[in-house]
Amino acid sequence: MEITTKEFKHCDVVSVNGRVDSSTSPQLAQALDKLTDDGHHNLVVDMTKLEYMSSAGFRALLAAQRNCKKFNRGEIVLCAVPERIKEALELAGFTELFKVFDDSLTAVGSF
Amino acid sequence: MHTNTYTADFTNLDAIRDFVGGFAQQAGLNSKEIYAVQLAADEACSNVIEHAYEGIVNGTFDVSCAALPGQVTILIRDHGKPFNIEKVRQPNLGKNLDEREIGGLGVFLMHKLMDEVHFESKPKEGNVLTMIKRKSGGA
Repeated sequence: MEITTKEFKHCDVVSVNGRVDSSTSPQLAQALDKLTDDGHHNLVVDMTKLEYMSSAGFRALLAAQRNCKKFNRGEIVLCAVPERIKEALELAGFTELFKVFDDSLTAVGSF
Repeated sequence: MHTNTYTADFTNLDAIRDFVGGFAQQAGLNSKEIYAVQLAADEACSNVIEHAYEGIVNGTFDVSCAALPGQVTILIRDHGKPFNIEKVRQPNLGKNLDEREIGGLGVFLMHKLMDEVHFESKPKEGNVLTMIKRKSGGA
């Protein structure tokens, strides 16, 4: 798994590439924690190159969403979610907790 | 039935997904069903590593697969602490962000993704989790 972040005027885009499971989810949690610790609370998680995500990844997203939404200071949105991952997120009821956009441009524009 | 033995380490999840995915493909399951089998096996093995072998070093567990036309069976056997997934509380998916439980999601997904999930804990044989996935619309 590989994570890259890019800062925009109103938000940061976190691109997650590869596979997120119990082995790699701590890296994702750490990357999201670092951004929120640095005061970045409007985040776009770009899943264009994400191949796989287990519930370990969902939990990292949930914890970060709670953190970002605290004091109404921001939120995490998702974009370009691959079909299989979207189905699993729907099964877990996560699509109600995150706004989902088709592409990063629309997601960035939402902030 | 083919069996692979893995050490209780999360870095083996990649190999486990490849292993079960191959049998799901062999059984003629479609890409959505193959992904479901891989995700369910990952969730089950993650639980074994995290809970059954919590505080135990050098633990190993077996993953066995069998493919029939239109059906794949996954059997996971460990010798750690019994972790009865049937006793895991179902997460309340209707709850809002603040109330949503962090745990229990893996077991919930396993039941949703697979057609059958059975757990058995025997003193001599260890903990055995059996999961079956069938091709939608019959074999």
